[in-house]
Amino acid sequence: MTNQIVKMTVNGEKKEIFAEPRELLIYVLREKLGLTGPHVGCETSHCGACTVEIDGKSVKSCTMFAVQAEGAEITTIEGLGTPDNLHVLQENFKEHHGLQCGYCTPGMITRAHRLLQENPNPTEEDVRFGISGNICRCTGYQNIVKSILSAAAELNAAKEAAQ
Amino acid sequence: MKDEVTREERVTNLKGLGSSRKRVEDARFTQGKGHYVDDINLPGMLTGDFVRSPYAHARVKSINIDAAMALDGVVAVLTAKDLEPLSLHWMPTLAGDKQMVLADGKVLFQGQEVAFVVAKDRYIAADAVELVEVEYEELPVIVDPFKSLQSDVVLREDLDPNAPGAHGPRKHHNHIFTWEVGDEDGTNAVIDDADVVATEEMYYHRTHPCPLEPCGSVASMDKVNGKLTLYGTFQAPHVVRTVASLLSGIEEHNIRVVSPDIGGGFGNKVGVYPGYVCSIVASIVTGVPVKWVEDRMENLMSTAFARDYWMKGKISATKEGKITGLHCHVTADHGAFDACADPTKFPAGFMSICTGSYDIPIAYLGVDGVYTNKAPGGVSYRCSFRVTEAVYFIERMIEVLAIELNMDAAELRRINFIKKEQFPYDSALGWEYDSGDYHTAWDKALKAVDYEGLRKEQAERVAAFKRGETRTIMGIGLSFFTEIVGAGPVKNCDILGMGMFDSCEIRIHPTGSAIARLGTISQGQGHATTFAQILASEIGIPADSITIEEGDTDTAPYGLGTYGSRSTPVAGAATAMAGRKIRAKAQMIAAYLLEVHDDDVEFDVDRFVIKGAPERFKTMGEIAYAAYNQAIPGLEPGLEAVSYYDPPNMTYPFGAYVCVMDIDVDTGVPKINRFYALDDCGTRINPMVIEGQIHGGLTEALAVALGQEIAYDDMGNCKTATLMDFFLPTAWEVPNFETDFTVTPSPHHPIGAKGVGESPHVGGVPCFSNAVQDAFRPFGNRHTNMPHDHWRIWKTANDLGLHD
Amino acid sequence: MITAAFEYHRPSDIAGALSVLEEHGDDARVIAGGHSLIPMMKLRMAEVPHLIDLQDIADLKGITIEGGMVTIGAMTTQHELINNEALLSATPIIHEAALQIADPQVRYMGTIGGNVANGDPGNDMPGLMQCLDANFTLEGPDGTRSVKAREFYEAAYMTEREDGEILTQITFSAVDAGYAYEKQKRKIGDYATAACAVLITKDGDKIATASIAMTNLSDVPVLSEAAGEALVGTSCDAAAITAAVAAALEDIDPTEDNRGPVEFKMHVAGIIISRAIARAWSRA
Repeated sequence: MTNQIVKMTVNGEKKEIFAEPRELLIYVLREKLGLTGPHVGCETSHCGACTVEIDGKSVKSCTMFAVQAEGAEITTIEGLGTPDNLHVLQENFKEHHGLQCGYCTPGMITRAHRLLQENPNPTEEDVRFGISGNICRCTGYQNIVKSILSAAAELNAAKEAAQ
Repeated sequence: MKDEVTREERVTNLKGLGSSRKRVEDARFTQGKGHYVDDINLPGMLTGDFVRSPYAHARVKSINIDAAMALDGVVAVLTAKDLEPLSLHWMPTLAGDKQMVLADGKVLFQGQEVAFVVAKDRYIAADAVELVEVEYEELPVIVDPFKSLQSDVVLREDLDPNAPGAHGPRKHHNHIFTWEVGDEDGTNAVIDDADVVATEEMYYHRTHPCPLEPCGSVASMDKVNGKLTLYGTFQAPHVVRTVASLLSGIEEHNIRVVSPDIGGGFGNKVGVYPGYVCSIVASIVTGVPVKWVEDRMENLMSTAFARDYWMKGKISATKEGKITGLHCHVTADHGAFDACADPTKFPAGFMSICTGSYDIPIAYLGVDGVYTNKAPGGVSYRCSFRVTEAVYFIERMIEVLAIELNMDAAELRRINFIKKEQFPYDSALGWEYDSGDYHTAWDKALKAVDYEGLRKEQAERVAAFKRGETRTIMGIGLSFFTEIVGAGPVKNCDILGMGMFDSCEIRIHPTGSAIARLGTISQGQGHATTFAQILASEIGIPADSITIEEGDTDTAPYGLGTYGSRSTPVAGAATAMAGRKIRAKAQMIAAYLLEVHDDDVEFDVDRFVIKGAPERFKTMGEIAYAAYNQAIPGLEPGLEAVSYYDPPNMTYPFGAYVCVMDIDVDTGVPKINRFYALDDCGTRINPMVIEGQIHGGLTEALAVALGQEIAYDDMGNCKTATLMDFFLPTAWEVPNFETDFTVTPSPHHPIGAKGVGESPHVGGVPCFSNAVQDAFRPFGNRHTNMPHDHWRIWKTANDLGLHD
Repeated sequence: MITAAFEYHRPSDIAGALSVLEEHGDDARVIAGGHSLIPMMKLRMAEVPHLIDLQDIADLKGITIEGGMVTIGAMTTQHELINNEALLSATPIIHEAALQIADPQVRYMGTIGGNVANGDPGNDMPGLMQCLDANFTLEGPDGTRSVKAREFYEAAYMTEREDGEILTQITFSAVDAGYAYEKQKRKIGDYATAACAVLITKDGDKIATASIAMTNLSDVPVLSEAAGEALVGTSCDAAAITAAVAAALEDIDPTEDNRGPVEFKMHVAGIIISRAIARAWSRA
């Protein structure tokens, strides 16, 4: 019941928040840090709308207490790209109509980001398996997969060009 | 001045009709800057949470809120007693019934709202909910609508059993309405006399729209100014404002309803829920904003379900396969309250489209609505009102008739399609279908999938199975649907008395860009992108220079909202009409500037040119500036227009779908090998957006057909209240879809568009179901109910002896 | 959606964890990946006044393979199991099974210890560990002991572990065997409708050893001795598989749920077991 200080690095910035142990990370991010990108879509850890990246892992932030994230480095959708410098994934989701209502999108793109670190050259099957922890109700996934594959191709081309 | 840009480039730069324009919404959504209800955080805001009934039917003997109120941070605990003086313990539904806001003496479904806790934050509210002590006395539970109509148990003790309901006389205390269309005697006579009759009973199971964002509202009563602001997940914000005004007594001009970004609607967010009402009351009582956001279990257990139609069909035909009559009876399970979101005169929605795409000379539809101890509803989930049920019905009946006739089901359809020259076509159940060319679409679809080749392959696979060489069978699912969308003409379509017109208000700015506000509200359909395209083509201002705004009732013109694929047919028409008013005034301004007569100029893409001398022109940019800058005799300054559009008819999109499926008979696991979808939505505004809608609707169709159900046990316990058991497919379970199209414009729509968002769901469910049924047809299957999840597919195989 | 309030402890070693457990008894529980426990707490189906987070305890991490013995720290995540090259060589069935558990995010957090310790009949690792004839190391106030996976499960959520003990390690012999983990589920993320782990070693062209264990077909994982015996000495022909399946089905007791009725589960179980045996044989 006692509030405690939790120190985390969120989107590259050091943060100190005050939270009860039972406060879920998703609500601390959304309500105490104003990062309303990740969303809540269920309470049984199925939908993935709350997905963030913690210390190089894709994590459903609704299934973690903020206190567990003490000392962690967290990236949310807000940390991927800026309005003047969008992440390749953000550009490709727009290019290939990989979103409709936008509710699953922050979690989906954040997951895709880690997926492409795990496997920079995924097949379609790899992508579908890789995003199977993120539910979308609007797109039917086809254009999401297209967006991610296109982003992967673009990132790989850029890497090759740089070499 | 010589034009350096070609005319073609001018058209392209507009990004008008037909352009796969990228979406303007994506900027905020991809950066996590969407603005949804739960993102709203107002100073002093409190949180509301419900105490809900664990029982499906029980008296509420007492509610003790003392322990909850004693918890530090709890501000109030509302019960029906608190709402009664405001006459808010009950509220009207959109179907002419009434619904308890908080349990008034009894509860009628598991998960029903009993008390509303208001606290400083969500943590205290959750703790307080646990501390409210409710004493229940269980009552007998009814979950079967047929038993309900025989039962002595009275579910709705608030209704006078002898008085008529909202839709006419009630036959029994658990009966809601009987609705009939068509000629029953004539139809029965034809059927009795027919060469061939196929009879079938089918159940379209209860399911739920389950948008990823659950429902919620933030109510903020400003006591200083006497104004109520209500943010919420509302697919029809103006209707909510009118209802809120009627319920609260606050005049509409002092109520502002705002639908911010909505994370999917699919019909779930059309109606008014107790949570909205309680958040309003709590805000009025406390004088501070109150937020209520439900969680997923609450969403699945208490908000509007869809379907739950028990349908009995009789279809008659000649020996050659020409359909002569159709009889349909439906027992409609509405749960505890009839909270259907239908136009008032249509308690079973547009179920009467159940003659489908076929030329059926005589037909009858009878629907009996029934109360049971389940969540109230039903709502139209990604379809026009009850159209999924109607299309599933006829697309199954035609398959059953094909079995009866020992005919190929594709050929049987072709023989019976309404012919192109018959449009506009008057159906036997009273609809005038606006336009269609079914044969062309069907032939295109069947050719694209090599239908004959598929049937050959299937025959070989059947033989191989019978020889014991394989344990998988192959199904070819067919569906040819006609939808009826774009509700609708004011003379027969209204929601709670509000005619189902829609609206668009446009204002052009001096420097040539524009803002247009609509009475609809996108929940992902991309209106901000696509409606700008309609306008761009109408008024010659680039879509990129047009802001589209929806959802704020203080600024948007009155509209009936977005559901039932009505936005493009109705608001899209209003947009075009308002655009034409702008263009008419722009023409006069151009003529004035060019010093010629009004009739001497004509519109060309993005400008007005002098007829015969097109090198003399005024661009829309110049015209806009002149509207603010010039004193033009006979014309007011400014450049604005508004249109309230009353559609003369619904629109009738249609489509042809084919699904090729393998089924492992031992495990019951299906595998979709191919899905081909041809859609005709008339004029295609944005092909990219259309394709996205098709993918999405087909995916929800797959979910519904292959497992997504709301199931109850005999005690009224909901068995599928979480995403563990409520089937939402992931990217792994969903195949790639092939999309194709034909274009048969609507003759009565200003731009010939019909709407498309829901067609794939309407046509998709019977297509997936028919694939399963067709796989088992060679082994004796006639009809098996959905959902076709693993165990039920397995059972179908088992019942047919395929495991012996 | 909101858990009840609790005190949070984050010890840096096993002794620290044990002392909190001892102090608070029934009121204390450890949390590993949290993806079984936290959902239960959110639904208020589990009440945990004192939560002990094990993530800082180094002794609970790590995968070592030495002298043919595989030792896995309880806090090893499914993701770490999947991506460990040495483990893939030594005991590939773990890789195959872990990929079929839950979804990518859950696998990043879910641990093998969490998966085997709580006695949830739906979890995949318990049956797999029984197939491998693994040992669980339990540390408590009275010292350390080892319990065979095959003797660990008593009933749903009831195991050999005493309240004051923590499962710290899983050990088993790496074995060069034909393997298969076959799982039918309604969708990714679902528990098994039926799942089966099979390990087969060959002697010449005959089966020398066979280990068959099933998941979510009883209130505990089921290692079917009889099924294994039915395969030994055979060349895994149709008759042998049929006999093994029949024996395995005798040992399970599935219950009806939303996945389907008992009759269906029994039939599917038979199919899954036979496919797992055939696949393991093909790799032996």
